[in-house]
Amino acid sequence: MNAALRHVFLASLARRRLATALSLVAIALGVALGLAVQLIHGAALDEFGRGMRLLAGEADLQAVGGRTGFDDALYLTLAQRPEVAQASPVLEVEARLPGRDQTLRIFGVDVFRAVHVQPALIPLAETEDRLAALAPDALFLAPAAQAALALAPGDTLSVQGGLDETTLRIAGSVPGTGVGQPLAVMDIAAAQQIFGRIGRLTRVDLKLARGVDRATARARLGPLLPAGVTLLAPEAAQAQVAGLSRAYRVNLTMLAVIALLTGGFLVFSTQLLAVVRRRQELAFLRALGVDRPMLLRGLVAEGAAVGFVGGLLGVALGYGLAALAFRLVGADLGAGYFEGVAPQLRFDPLASAGYLLLGVAAGVAGGALPAREASRMQPARALRAGDEADLLQARPRWAAALACLAAAALACLMPPVGGVPVFGYAAVALVLAGSVLALPGAARLATRVLGGARPALLRLAHARLAAAPGQTVVAGAGVVASVALAVAMAIMVSSFRTSVDDWLAQMLPADLYLRASSAGASGFLPPEVVARAARLPGVAAARPVRYDTLRLSDERVPVTLIARAVAGGIALPLVAGAGGDAAREPGGLPPVWISEAIADLFGLAVGDTLALPLGGAAHRFRVAGIWRDYARQHGALVVELADYRVRTGDTLANDVAISLAPGATVETVSAALRAELGERTIEITLPGEIRAISLAIFDRTFLVTYLMEAVAVLIGLFGISASFAALATARRKEFGMLRHLGLTRREIGRLLALEGALTAAVGVAVGSAAGGAIALILIEVINRQSFHWSMDLDLPFAALGAFAAALLLLAALAARLSGSQAMRQSAVLAVREDW
Amino acid sequence: MRRWLAVFSVLVGIAGGAGAEYPPVVPGTALVFPDDTGAHPDYRTEWWYVTGWVADEAGVKRGFQVTFFRVRTRIGEDNPSRFAPRQLILAHAALADPAAGRLLHAERAERALAPLAGAASGRTHAWTGDWSLEWRDGHYRSRVADDRFAFDLRFDPSGPPMLNGRAGFSQKAPDPKHASHYYSRPQLAVRGSLRVDGATHRVSGHAWLDHEWSSELMPEGARGWDWIGMNLHDGGALMAFRMRGDAGETMWAAGTLREGGGAPRALAPAEVQFIPGRRWRSPRTATDYPVEWELRIAGRRLRLQPLMDDQELDSRRSTGAVYWEGAVRLLEDGREIGRGYLEMTGYGARLRM
Repeated sequence: MNAALRHVFLASLARRRLATALSLVAIALGVALGLAVQLIHGAALDEFGRGMRLLAGEADLQAVGGRTGFDDALYLTLAQRPEVAQASPVLEVEARLPGRDQTLRIFGVDVFRAVHVQPALIPLAETEDRLAALAPDALFLAPAAQAALALAPGDTLSVQGGLDETTLRIAGSVPGTGVGQPLAVMDIAAAQQIFGRIGRLTRVDLKLARGVDRATARARLGPLLPAGVTLLAPEAAQAQVAGLSRAYRVNLTMLAVIALLTGGFLVFSTQLLAVVRRRQELAFLRALGVDRPMLLRGLVAEGAAVGFVGGLLGVALGYGLAALAFRLVGADLGAGYFEGVAPQLRFDPLASAGYLLLGVAAGVAGGALPAREASRMQPARALRAGDEADLLQARPRWAAALACLAAAALACLMPPVGGVPVFGYAAVALVLAGSVLALPGAARLATRVLGGARPALLRLAHARLAAAPGQTVVAGAGVVASVALAVAMAIMVSSFRTSVDDWLAQMLPADLYLRASSAGASGFLPPEVVARAARLPGVAAARPVRYDTLRLSDERVPVTLIARAVAGGIALPLVAGAGGDAAREPGGLPPVWISEAIADLFGLAVGDTLALPLGGAAHRFRVAGIWRDYARQHGALVVELADYRVRTGDTLANDVAISLAPGATVETVSAALRAELGERTIEITLPGEIRAISLAIFDRTFLVTYLMEAVAVLIGLFGISASFAALATARRKEFGMLRHLGLTRREIGRLLALEGALTAAVGVAVGSAAGGAIALILIEVINRQSFHWSMDLDLPFAALGAFAAALLLLAALAARLSGSQAMRQSAVLAVREDW
Repeated sequence: MRRWLAVFSVLVGIAGGAGAEYPPVVPGTALVFPDDTGAHPDYRTEWWYVTGWVADEAGVKRGFQVTFFRVRTRIGEDNPSRFAPRQLILAHAALADPAAGRLLHAERAERALAPLAGAASGRTHAWTGDWSLEWRDGHYRSRVADDRFAFDLRFDPSGPPMLNGRAGFSQKAPDPKHASHYYSRPQLAVRGSLRVDGATHRVSGHAWLDHEWSSELMPEGARGWDWIGMNLHDGGALMAFRMRGDAGETMWAAGTLREGGGAPRALAPAEVQFIPGRRWRSPRTATDYPVEWELRIAGRRLRLQPLMDDQELDSRRSTGAVYWEGAVRLLEDGREIGRGYLEMTGYGARLRM
């Protein structure tokens, strides 16, 4: 294509600045969002993986259990085996730091062993004292932890084990950990003592003897492991965590895909209308000797140019977004998958190029159809005015629409692929496609309904819609897509929020909660402390809760164990089975209540038997019920505290749920607890606060979806506005005629508004129906398969009604404004234009 | 007596464990056998140190050394954790093979944690992983394995333990608080197997075992020491050492001489003189060692000649210590009268006290 032609085509983009700018923005947004998600998770996964490799060092296999670990006698057994060249014991503790908000990941290691297996964890003392690492008060901070805690060697740091506070000395650093791992190292014996974990380990890392492969070692060492402890290759643990966050990442990427699709669609609609508007110009070009392929290339190049510039903007924006997200919410986008990791944003040339290409592809795809349409025209015919109506024809395609919907229904029945609801997303796409295909038919139906209308303007609008259904399709398709997505998200979020709210109320039945730290951290409450709390005036009942994690299978991350009172009316948010006393069969197995995630992941139903590794041995439980859990996507199970204690001998508690006696207030009891147990080492939370915080987090999580909805609606409106603007130009003759027939300029404006509203109404009606269907898919298929939780359908009728009304009004306004330019012209001129 | 250990033990003192005080070594404590061949875990440091010469089927002579150290850290003595680092077990082995031209050596460090590593009381038994030294059924046995060499040797004593100093009280400096309990087992007959360069040899020869425990060894201002333990061809034994000061001056010297068939006699400081001879410079550390010596012992003039010059131990990358310890011949009037080991510490960088 020569420079002149390039100018002819690309300059057209500059003439319709608003349309081009909006297409650019949509594509840039899609590219930015997708790239940012990729960058953030890529960096988090990289750093997480690097951390795992670093911590695993040269280990071939790792013996791992649940959060509270396993008996350290296993280390002695493994270290003596001929298959094992070196064994290195590790006690990992998430230390609560009294007086600080952060926790600190502390690795208790045996330096004499770690030097052979995990050299990165070797502490470097400030002094040349070679045994400084053994001192019970010596803590060594990785550079990232020194920065995060603003501590330097020589400073002190308070850590909490149970309710006891210990002051440690920062004796040096852990230089081998690099910059992204905010962790600390200390002697394993001191860690066991300080954190009340005598006799416990969380990991034993094994370097295998020469000539022993992993499979052989697993087969021979496996029988020596107590229940709940498995031997994993270090990469396996990494893959498990990566798998856990995969569904979440795919969900976010889908948002990006929607933005990209919208961008592509915008390119499509603006290009189509531009082709209509430039019909004579293009025909003229053909007459001047531009052949068909050249015209096609030129028009596609227009779309590609928009895609390329949008893609470039998007890549830049993507890095900005990712950097912002790192600063504000951390690498896991607030979802908690990669705690204890501080990754760095890096330039990723492959992902950047990939997303740039996707932007170009969106532009090319959007531009291709109109370009084909334009290249097919007969130059001689097109040179005459009034030919554009051909383009605005549209036949109903009910059969295709129904086929799409049927395929969507089928896709909903398919299982997830690798934990990702691939078919669920396909179903959403099919419903969207089906609804757009249904649009011409719906437009025809709408014209039939309006057929008997009396007022002249309404009849004129009706005539227009009936004569050019293609206009409804072009203008309305954007509305359908944006309304469908907005309605679907509104229904899903509303259902989700209502369900979470109900769930929180059921999960937090007590008046206040006492704890020493979060369940994963190093604080805990010994039984005598629980007893002391129970004896305080104003306390009617103090029910301890114990948390742990259990490995139910080698292939999955551990599930959360919650041991608490279930009998006696402490209800669970059950979706199946029985709770409380009804669950216990006399003489039968003890009951366990599993979350929906466990039911899905392990294929369990009420009445099944489940072996739980408690206290190093497997104990059989009966699944008494399935409950809803929005907090632990990897799965959680509840057992009676008494059943747990009998099997583990563990009498510690993480939380105590306190019910107040009549007349007692939360304030007086909280004050009494603080006075009794100490200000620094306990945390008191009220269900109201937890609920408010949880819902605030929920709303923040969905903020990005609200933004996306707003963008989608804007784009839908833009579709209407652009099509009316384009067609209004083409309809100048028609408007001139109407003026001649006595319509005022104002009435023509009303006519345009009416047409816009009618077009939008068709789109809103079809879009709402599609949105309802997509909401169902989101709730029943995508959420269920991604996160394994169900929710109760909640239709926000008022909000949806207001949304539809607002959209119709805005559509009318957009159509009216877009057409105004065409109406400025004198009627005589407009009619004479052709002659 | 071994400098890299000395580095360790000195620093353990700095680390400042909170446990009970170390018991002092006082004269007049009678050593009881076999009980005292076992560990004395209350004292700060203790070692079992075997050195010797062996010859294989082809008559090739090699020196070997294996040592087990026990260190009480006074750390974690109130900690019920099985990992509490109350006692550390350090082991060191070296092989002087003239074919290699320098020492092959390996070392292990562990916290005492049965059954992985420890030092038993009541009779000699120190081990870490698959390395061990044990007294059983009237003989010692030691097993050591590393990538480049390994040995499994049996040591049969030819007589009762030889008490050094005053009935096993061995003073190390002018102040008697710097002292150890110290006995030797000279003239151990060695039999066993030795692997080096992938080939396993049947070997036999003679070895020397030192067992020493103390709480305070190095006096202020000491820079290093020289020590020998020699099996004499007439069946006798000679142990001698001197503590050197900053300027290389002798701060203290002592020894034990047992003539063939006779009883051991403690040598007073004035009876032991170390006179350095030919020097050898290490290409790795640029340290000068006097690898040949003239000794004046109880009026006799003796000479020491090394099996090979390069018997330096360069452990800078692990324990940080650099010293010379190797197989030597003892000559009198140009005639070889014994073979044993010479240790020289404190010739390189200054020992940080």
